[in-house]
This record gives sequence, structure tokens and C-alpha cells, in this order.
Amino acid sequence: MEHTSDSYYVPDQSIWPIVGAIAMFLMLGGTGLVLNDLQNAEHASQSSSLIMYSGMIILTIMLFGWFGNVIAESRRGAYSPQVDISFRYGMSWFIFSEVMFFLAFFGVLYYARAFSVPWLGGEGDKGISHMLWPDFEAVWPLLTPPNPELFTPIKEVIDPWHLPLINTILLVTSSFTVTFAHHALRHGDRAKIKIWLAITLIFGLTFLAFQAEEYIEAYQHLDLTLNSGIYGATFFLLTGFHGLHVTIGSIILFILLIRVFKGHFTPDNHFAFEAGSWYWHFVDVVWLLLFVVVYVF
Amino acid sequence: MSEQTLTIDDHDHHDHGPAKGLLRWVFTTNHKDIGTLYLIFSLTMFFIGGMMAFVIRAELFQPGMQLVDPGFFNQMTTMHGLIMVFGAVMPGFVGLANWQIPLMVGAPDMALPRMNNWSFWILPFAFTMLLSTLFMGGGAPGFGWTFYAPLSTTYAPPSVTFFIFAIHMMGISSIMGAMNIIVTLFNMRAPGMGLMQMPMFAWSWLITAFLLVAVMPVLAAVVTMMLMDIHFATSFFSAAGGGDPVLFQHIFWFFGHPEVYIMILPAFGVVSEILPTFSRKKLFGYHSMVYALIAIALLSFVVWAHHMFTVGMPIGGQLFFMYATMLIAVPTGVKVFNWVATMFKGSLTFETPMLFAIAFVVLFTVGGFSGIMLAIAPVDFQYQDTYFVVAHFHYVLVPGAIFGIVAGVYYWLPKWCGKMYDESLGKMHFWLSFIGLNLTFFPMHFVGLAGMPRRVPDYALQFADFNMMASMGAFLFGTSQLIFVYLVIKAVRSGKEAAQVPWESAEGLEWTLPTPLPYHTFTTPPVIEQK
Amino acid sequence: MQRFLHQFCIALAFLIPSSVYAAWELNMPRGVTDTSNTVYDLHMLILWICVGIGVVVFGVMFWSILYHRKSQGAKAAQFHESTTVEVIWTVIPFIILIGMAVPSTTVLIDMYDSSESDIDIQVTGYQWKWQYKYLNEEIDFFSTLTTPKEEIANEQVKNPNYLLEVDNELVVPINKKVRFLFTANDVIHAWWVPELAVKKDAIPGFINESWTRINEVGTYRGQCAELCGKDHGFMPIVVKAVTQEDYDIWVAEQKATALATAAAATQDWTMEDLVAKGETVYQKNCAGCHMVDGSGLPPAFPALNGNEVVLGDIEKHIDIMVNGVPGTAMAAYGKQLSAVDLAAVITYKRNTWDNKTGEVISPADVTAFMSK
Ligand code: HEA
Ligand code: HEA
Ligand code: HEC
Ligand code: CUA
Ligand SMILES: [Cu+2]
Repeated sequence: MEHTSDSYYVPDQSIWPIVGAIAMFLMLGGTGLVLNDLQNAEHASQSSSLIMYSGMIILTIMLFGWFGNVIAESRRGAYSPQVDISFRYGMSWFIFSEVMFFLAFFGVLYYARAFSVPWLGGEGDKGISHMLWPDFEAVWPLLTPPNPELFTPIKEVIDPWHLPLINTILLVTSSFTVTFAHHALRHGDRAKIKIWLAITLIFGLTFLAFQAEEYIEAYQHLDLTLNSGIYGATFFLLTGFHGLHVTIGSIILFILLIRVFKGHFTPDNHFAFEAGSWYWHFVDVVWLLLFVVVYVF
Repeated sequence: MSEQTLTIDDHDHHDHGPAKGLLRWVFTTNHKDIGTLYLIFSLTMFFIGGMMAFVIRAELFQPGMQLVDPGFFNQMTTMHGLIMVFGAVMPGFVGLANWQIPLMVGAPDMALPRMNNWSFWILPFAFTMLLSTLFMGGGAPGFGWTFYAPLSTTYAPPSVTFFIFAIHMMGISSIMGAMNIIVTLFNMRAPGMGLMQMPMFAWSWLITAFLLVAVMPVLAAVVTMMLMDIHFATSFFSAAGGGDPVLFQHIFWFFGHPEVYIMILPAFGVVSEILPTFSRKKLFGYHSMVYALIAIALLSFVVWAHHMFTVGMPIGGQLFFMYATMLIAVPTGVKVFNWVATMFKGSLTFETPMLFAIAFVVLFTVGGFSGIMLAIAPVDFQYQDTYFVVAHFHYVLVPGAIFGIVAGVYYWLPKWCGKMYDESLGKMHFWLSFIGLNLTFFPMHFVGLAGMPRRVPDYALQFADFNMMASMGAFLFGTSQLIFVYLVIKAVRSGKEAAQVPWESAEGLEWTLPTPLPYHTFTTPPVIEQK
Repeated sequence: MQRFLHQFCIALAFLIPSSVYAAWELNMPRGVTDTSNTVYDLHMLILWICVGIGVVVFGVMFWSILYHRKSQGAKAAQFHESTTVEVIWTVIPFIILIGMAVPSTTVLIDMYDSSESDIDIQVTGYQWKWQYKYLNEEIDFFSTLTTPKEEIANEQVKNPNYLLEVDNELVVPINKKVRFLFTANDVIHAWWVPELAVKKDAIPGFINESWTRINEVGTYRGQCAELCGKDHGFMPIVVKAVTQEDYDIWVAEQKATALATAAAATQDWTMEDLVAKGETVYQKNCAGCHMVDGSGLPPAFPALNGNEVVLGDIEKHIDIMVNGVPGTAMAAYGKQLSAVDLAAVITYKRNTWDNKTGEVISPADVTAFMSK
């Protein structure tokens, strides 16, 4: 843990953080306005979505600007190995925070299956609650919620051995392909990097397409919706946030690919690439867990 | 750190000062600037939250409804709690961390300076959003800082959406701030400084930052689920769909309990720096202090349901959480005993930072004792949601967290601005605060035990006298904080020049630096040789 | 600002007599059940242990402050570590904690045993009142705050039970094990009577159990102990513990009133009677949200004065009253109010403030709607 580098790179003043803060404010504030407009259609106003979109656009500009700076500094050779280590630590702790985020969601699923649903159905320590829901039957997957008038029953749940299985295979394979790309990068084989990275990206996008198809199927044919009680709620919560992460991961891969084409990265200086692949592996691991506890069991 | 000798060269040669103008503060990547921003922000929020406490105490001055209506009273309680916790205490400690951590471990700056700026600048926007809810139709959130569902979902005013997004922003800011601290401590320590040679303040922040990265995402997750219950017809917290309102509480307190230690551990660190200095004696039991911090942090993940003893948990859960909670007294006790042992046979003087630190140890322990009483589940049934709880947490938060921050500011201010504060004003600030706060919060134990519920705008007659006493104490405590503001401004503008080491036996890298501090410090890391 | 000044002066005027309100209460009440007594003892035990530890710790500290100060010429010692003492002060608190945990566990296990009860009462929390349903007796009523608005607004001298008084008390016999089944209709509430040492959350959609056995005849007062919205501070609980004989008499009376209420529904009512009754019902149940003058607190609580529903289709109006608006604070009053009360409040709303429809809705109309 000893670093003798005598020049840790401390960047000069930067405009991007404040731009990012403003963007976030506009984006989230705008989203809040849009959501409240949906609930109260009479008072809806045009400017809500305008604010939201302007926030998103500014955020995108900020990301390009900020990462642009970082890339330029990196290619200029401003970063000592110690800076590189800072980035690595930073990325690992960021992924750890994401793990905790998903942990909460898995916790919800566990709680629903182990406690609340059985209790409502008359089993366990608080089984007496069944008094309030005499017609309710506790089973998992929970097709008919305690109050089927407020929360619409599900006809059928997704079969894990069709699309979800294909998706599992896709994601697991893509974890390998991204590693192949990394190997190629370390050996300086630029043609192979491009191929493997592109394949990974295609797998990711296919995954997303299948996921979208599955959602459409769920909504149109199975009556599996956000509004179908705790099963639907946890299903979409977990798969949805995972899907969002695959989307982000794919964008990262796409940018990495562009950068490879632009000739960025050297065999021993390619932190961005590694961070991207860590992220991708993380998304993959979440999916495996999710496949098991959401779809299979 | 007496086993370390320092080799520092003159830093001034390649030093360039801050940019000119207001935009310096907006674009800055300098840990000292950002630290100052955090501290000013925290003080502002402390006053805004304090004004809300004034409204609460004014309404509770007497039985009957006098000033505000019950709905608005609830909004004040809620906003007071949220602003104090997320706006005053947390940014206050991050401010101290920003100033001190690079100075104490010999780093040129925080590891990720640009992100540091972002962490800060998200906060004013987040709190603008939060405070703006006060002006929205239907009013601000009035469901308590713990925002239990379904009061905060199905039964919430429309402004809850903005409350949720404000929490998201605070969460993002905290996570990034904490990551930055962890990375700085892992990667930027001066050569030769092992983890076990880190100053206690740095250790306390390392553990705190770990807690932050671990639990802020959980808070983000739970508000996200609220958002979905409100806007996307899900049923996480509704039995009608198979969810459970209590599930909300489990997730919230999985965040919430570590959160209360997030608010106290850095104060432990500050006090562990101050007590040795003014006792002229090394901190007693450095190693066990570190292990105690780690033990507290780990235990804090398995005690959350002590806030939920009355929700009707199965008895096994009830017992588990009771035992686990009681265990926290052991490592915390080790810390308290070590502080006392540090003072024991020292050579004590009582400058303002020391006064605050001693009051911290005493009054935090008082708060800890009421905490242990609350931890006893069968008795907690009588305490839960009464003013006894309010007394408990104000004792650990006001003379705990707030005194921790204030003590740190007094201790390091001479180094930061190169000027001495006015000692007699400082002493006055201390004594008025000390009296005011005990007058405010001690009687709350009594009304709580006698049966006064919390979060009520009006109360039965037998609680009248102590409430009046508490309100008067609050006004005293609150107004004495104006002395502090005056004192800081006075010190910065016209204080006496401070010596390089203003305290007789202060140790640590920060005191090896010249006063006034150059804008950039430790651009070449100091070398610490082990003896 | 002027309003503020005015109120400030009133507040000042109240300063003087405040000390005559009541005797100071410093501690937890001992209570009137075996459980509450054990809990009290446990509370005192832990309190004294903490005081003891405090005396030792602060004693050493103040001794150091007094005798080890530099101004007294104290020289700092050099020690800064001692594994032995550190182990000692890790182990001793641990042992003390075990000493606390043992009695706590026994009490807790006892409190959790709600089997073999004599009487079962389902307690349901509403915003902001309590419903008590005797499961073995077909008795079912609501209990709301009766403290007059004038007392709350400081326009009248407060009575000794200020904020702790209700219209219908929960009546239970002494020396009988009473089991409570707590639930809620809207948000979480908590039922708490300090002298019984019972506090349990009432959670919508779930049931929590608890029990008590009261040793002494008397009236015991408590309050809702979970923030439940605007009027959380105004939903007290009053338990009247009586002898078995008095309890039997009370049960008989309750059944008689229930019959009378049922009979009233079939009776003919005049507009005046309905409006008069409706006004009381309204003030008690509705004014909390929709305000005394029907102006509501928009957008959270709609105004009823000039309201489309109130002035519009009768069927729809009855529907909202009987079934509420699911997912909002507007409860289903069909479960809470009698047909007469519903008819009265509907008639009242349609004929008061600026709402002058001249329509009369009879209890029979309401019963007809409910039986559909
Ligand atoms: C800085 C914040 C902080 C800190 C440090 C603590 C510390 C502790 N807290 Fe506190 N707590 C809060 C902030 C904090 N708390 C807040 C904000 C709430 C209310 C939230 C809300 O509902 O709004 C709360 C509520 C709360 C409850 C829930 C009460 C209820 O709602 O019914 C409980 C119950 O167990 C509890 C327990 C404890 C315990 C056991 C400790 C322990 O860590 C204390 C340990 C310290 C000591 C014990 C003293 C020193 C030790 C010795 C000298 C050794 C010897 C001692 C013994 C052997 C006893 N706290
Ligand atoms: C760190 C956190 C923190 C701090 C510092 C405080 C500080 C104070 N708190 Fe707070 N409090 C909480 C955290 C905190 N509180 C929390 C978490 C809750 C629970 C919320 C909930 O139930 O949801 C709570 C609840 C709470 C209640 C219970 C409300 C209820 O249950 O209804 C009360 C009642 O007295 C109270 C009082 C006070 C007082 C008098 C102070 C004083 O220390 C404040 C001192 C005042 C000032 C510092 C203001 C100074 C201002 C001036 C002097 C005016 C000058 C004006 C200008 C310059 C413009 N607090
Ligand atoms: C806990 C608060 C609360 C109480 C008490 C309450 N209401 Fe309401 N009421 C509401 C809310 C909230 C709505 C709006 C529901 C919605 O969003 O459509 C409402 C709607 C109504 C409406 C329909 C008006 C409209 O514009 O939708 C009527 C009529 C009404 N209430 C009458 C009453 C009467 C009569 C009582 C007393 C017996 C009563 N309410 C008690 C909260 C309350
Ligand atoms: Cu009901 Cu508080
Ligand atoms: Cu806690």
C-alpha cells in the first residue's frame, strides 16, 4: 500500500459537477411533475415533461463532457498508477453499493414468500390475520392476491424454460465473451477485441429484446402486471431494475467499442474497459440469482 | 503517533492559490473549499431545522392549539427530523472529513476531487426540492422522518413524489461522498502510514463511509418501492396485494439503524482526537478503539428491528433483536471507558473544544443508557413512541452528533483559517448550550415515562409543566447558537493569528503544516518513518 | 403577524395558572395489571443499573477533572494501553447485560402468551377513532374524542381529562383475561394504555394479538401511539374496568341499544330531525377532514360545500358514504355509521351551507342501497 508517486493528479476546476447537479434536479423534479400530472390529469401541464427531458439532455451532455475530460487526461498521461488504483477502488465500491440496492429487492421477495403471504393465508406466527381475508389462499407463485378487486389476478406466470433460459444462456455466454475481449486487449490483438466486444454487445441487446418480448407477453396474455399483487410487483421490480442495468451496461459496452475503434486503450492502460467488464459481470451474477429465485423456484 | 517522525519539505514553491470570484466555489475541486461549503451548508440547515424545532416547541409550550394546525405541526416534525439528520449532521461530518482527512493522512486532496464537488453540489438542489414541498398544494410530507407506509404512500399528499426524489439525490450524494473517503483512506495515505497508524478520526470515517455505502442504496430502494406503490399501482406495502406495511419498516430500519451510527461514529473520532490533546496524554487503547468501531458497525446491521418491537414480530425475532441491541453497549462501553482512561492521570486543561468533548462523553453516555433501556423489548412497549424516545435520541444527537461537529470546528478552526477564535465567547457558547440543552431534553424523559406520545401537537394537562420547561430550554439553546455564528465570523475576519500548533500537545500530520494553510497541501506526500 | 401577536399574548396570559394543572409525574406508572407491575420493576432495575454504572464512570471522570488538571500542577502519565483492564471492562458490561437479559426474556415470553382468554375484542384503528368489536357478544361500537373544540382552541377552561376522554369507553371486567386482536382500516395506529402496559401496532390487513388482565376497578386512559396523520394526537383510548356484575349489566344495555338503533332505521324521520342529527354526526366524523364549514382542505380533502357529488346523483352520494373511496382517506362509512346516521349526515350535507337541495334521504333509502 505504499505509493511513492509524488504527483497525484488533482484536476483543475471543473464545470461538470454543477451541470450534473442541475441536470439531476431538473430530471428528477420534472419526473415528479410528470408523475403527479398522471395522477391529476386536470392540472397536467406541458412544461413538466419539458423540464424532465431538458434534465436528461443536460445530464447526457454532462456525462460526455466529464468523461471526455477524463479520457483526454488519461490519454495525456496525467494519471499515475496511484490514480488508476483510486479509480479501481471507486468502481468496486460503486458496484458494492449496487449490490446492496439489489439486496434490498431480493429481501422484499424473500419477505413476501416467507412471511407476509403465508401469514395472510393463515400460516405461521401471524396466521390469525387470515380472519381478515377468509377467501385468500397462500400459494407461490401468488396468482390471486388477497383482494382481487384492487389487484388483478394473474392467469399464468412466465415459463422459466423458454425465454428466461435463453436469456440466461445469453448473459452467461456474454460474460465469457467480454473476458475474451479483455484477453485480446491485454495481448494487443485489436481485431479480436472488436469482434468479442461486438458479440458481447449483441448478446446484451438480444437479451433486452427478449426481455421486452416477455414483458409484452406478460401484460397482454398472462395478466401479469405491476398491479397484480406482490408477485407482479416483485417480478417487475427485480427484472425491471436488472433490465435497466443491462441497458446501462450495454451503453457502456457500446462506448467502449467506439473507443476501441478510435484506437484507445493500451495493453496495460485500459481501466475503463475493466470497469465496464466488472459491471457486466455484476449484472450477469444478479441475473443468475434472479433466474433462480424469481423464475425457477 | 509519537512513533512517527515526519519529513516534510516546503510546500509553497509550486503552490497556486484559489481562483478568484464566486465561481471558485462552484467549480472547485479543492478539498478545503468543498469542506467549507459542506460546513456552511450544514450550519444553514441546522438553523432551518432549528427554526422548525422552534415552531414545534412554541406549539408545545402549552396544552391547547395555539400557533399552527395539526397538519402543519406534523410537517414541521417531519421536516425538522429530515433536515437535521440529512442536512445538518451528515453534511457537517462530511465537511470535517473533507477538511481533515487529506490533512491527517498526508494526501494532496481527496482521491476523486471532481466527484467530491458533485457530491456537495447535489445537496443544495436536493434540499431545495425537499423544502419546496412546504409550498405545494396539500402541504409537505407530514408522515414523520421515518415515513412509514401506508401513511407515506396511499395516504400521502402529492408532494411525496418530490420528497422521494429529494431522498434519492441525498442518497446519491452520500454514496459518492463516502466512496471518496474510502478511496482516499485506502489509497492516499502518506507512505509509511499503515491502517493501524491512521488517526482515530480517519478510522471512524472509514467505518462510517463503509456504513454509508452499504445502507444508502437500501434507503434508495425503499423510497423507490414507495414511488411504485404510489404511481405504478404495486402492492409492496399493502396487505390487499400480499405485501405488508411492516415490510417497509424492516427495510427502512435496515438503513435507519446504521444511519444513527453514521451520525455518531465520526463524533467518536473527533472526541478521540481532542481528549488526548487536552489531557496531554496518548489516546488510551488505540487498538481496542478501532476494534470497537468495527464491532459497532457490524452489530448495527443486525439490530434494526429494535425500532419495531411493537409491530408484532414473532417472539424469536423479538428476542434476537433485543439481545443483539444490548450487545452494542459492550463496544460502546469500551470506547467510553477508554476516553475516561485517557483523561485519567492526564494533565487537563479546558479550552472550548475540550469542554464540548467532555460534555459529549457524559451526555452521550446518558443517551446511551436510555438506549439500553429502550432495547429491553418488554419495557420498550411502555417507551416506544413516547417522549422518552425523543429524549433518548436528542441526547445522542444534540450533545452527541452536534457537539461532535462543534468541538471539531473549535479544534481545527485555528488551522483552517489561521486565526484564533475568542476563547471567552467560546466558553459562553458552551455553557449556555449545555444548560439550554439539558433543560430542553432532560424533562422529556419525565413526560415520556408519564405517558406523553411523540408527534402530537397537543397534550394532556399533566404534561404541561415539563413541556414549558423544555420549550424555554429550547429557546435558550437555539439562541445561544447565534453566539457560535458570531464567534466564527469574528475569528475569520479579525481573529488573532494562530500559532502553527495552537494547542500545547496536539499531535498529527495536520499540525505539521504551516499556518495559514496553503491552498494545496502535501502535494508531495510526507514520509512517515516507523520507529 | 397580528394574529400571531394576539395569540402570543393569550399564551402569556396562560403562563401563570399553568402550574396548577396537575401534579408532576416523573416516572412510569406502576399500572394495574401483573404485567405492568413486572414491567415497572424491570424498568426500575435497568434504570438503577444504569445509574450505578454512570456513578462509577462519571465519578472517575470528574475525579480526573478535579485532580488531574494542569492548573493544579498535574503531570501527564505515560500509559496508554493495558490489555488486562480492557478485557475487564469488556467482560463486566457483558455480564451485567446477561443479568438484564434474563428477566427481560421471561417477561416477554409471558406477554406473548395470549392463549386461554375469557373475552376476545377486535380493536380496529381508523383515522382517527377506534372501533371495538366484542367477538363473543355481538357488541360493536366506535370510540371518538369528546373534548370540545373550544377547549382545544383555548377558548374554554380545560377539564382534567382534556384530550383523554371519549364518547364510548371500552368496558371490560376485572380479573378476566382479555385478548385483543388489533388491526387497522387505513394506516398504522398503535393502541396503548400505560396502566395496562399494553402497546401494540394496529396494522391494516394484519392482526396482532395482545392481552391483559386488570386487577382493579377503574378508568384507564391512553392514546394512539403511532403517527397516523393529522389528528394522531386526538384519538385517545379509555378503558373502563368494572366488576363482572357491572359488566353483565353493561352488555345487556348494549344489546338493548343495538335493538333500538335497528328500530330507528325503520321509523319515519322529518327533515329537521335528520338535519339536526346529521349535524352532530358530521361534526363528530367528518369535520376533521372536510372542516366544520364544509370547505375541506383541498387538494387533500375536497370541499363538500358546493361539491358535485354532494349536490349530484343521490345514489352516487350514498355509494361514496357507504363504500368510501378505496385507496384514499375517505373511509367506507357503511361499516362505521348506522343507517340513521348515514341518512342524517347525507341529508344534512345536502341542506346546509350553500347546498340547498331540499332533498330528504331517509334511513330506508340507505338500507335499500346497502341490501342491493
Ligand atoms: C446518534 C444516534 C444514536 C445513537 C448513537 C443511538 C444509540 C443507541 N440506541 Fe438509539 N435511536 C436514535 C439514535 C441513536 N441511538 C434515534 C434517532 C432513534 C429514534 C428514531 C425514531 O423513531 O424516530 C433511536 C431509537 C432507539 C430505539 C427505539 C425506541 C423505540 O422507538 O421504541 C432503541 C431501542 O432499542 C434504541 C437503542 C439504542 C441503543 C441500545 C444504543 C446504543 O448504541 C447505546 C450504547 C451506549 C451506552 C450503553 C453507553 C455507554 C456504555 C457504557 C458506559 C458501558 C456499560 C453500559 C451498560 C452495561 C448498560 N434507540
Ligand atoms: C441531529 C438531529 C437533531 C437535532 C440537532 C435536533 C434539535 C432539536 N430538536 Fe429534534 N428531532 C430530530 C433530530 C434532531 N433534533 C429527529 C430525527 C426527530 C424525529 C422527527 C420525527 O418524529 O419524525 C426530532 C423531533 C423533535 C421533537 C419531537 C417532535 C414531535 O414528536 O412532535 C422535538 C420536540 O421538542 C424536537 C426538538 C428539538 C429542539 C428544541 C432542538 C434544538 O437543539 C434546536 C436548536 C435550535 C436552533 C439551533 C435554531 C437556532 C435558530 C435561531 C437562534 C433563530 C435565529 C434565526 C435566524 C438566524 C434566522 N425535535
Ligand atoms: C380521514 C379523512 C376523511 C374523513 C374523516 C371523511 N372524509 Fe370524506 N373524503 C376524504 C377524502 C380524502 C376524499 C376524496 C376522495 C377522492 O380522492 O376521491 C373524500 C371525499 C368525500 C366525498 C366525495 C366528494 C368528492 O368530491 O369526491 C364526500 C361526499 C365525502 N367525502 C363525505 C364525507 C362525510 C359525510 C364524512 C363523515 C361521515 C367524511 N367524508 C369523512 C376524507 C375524509
Ligand atoms: Cu392513530 Cu395515531
Ligand atoms: Cu436503532
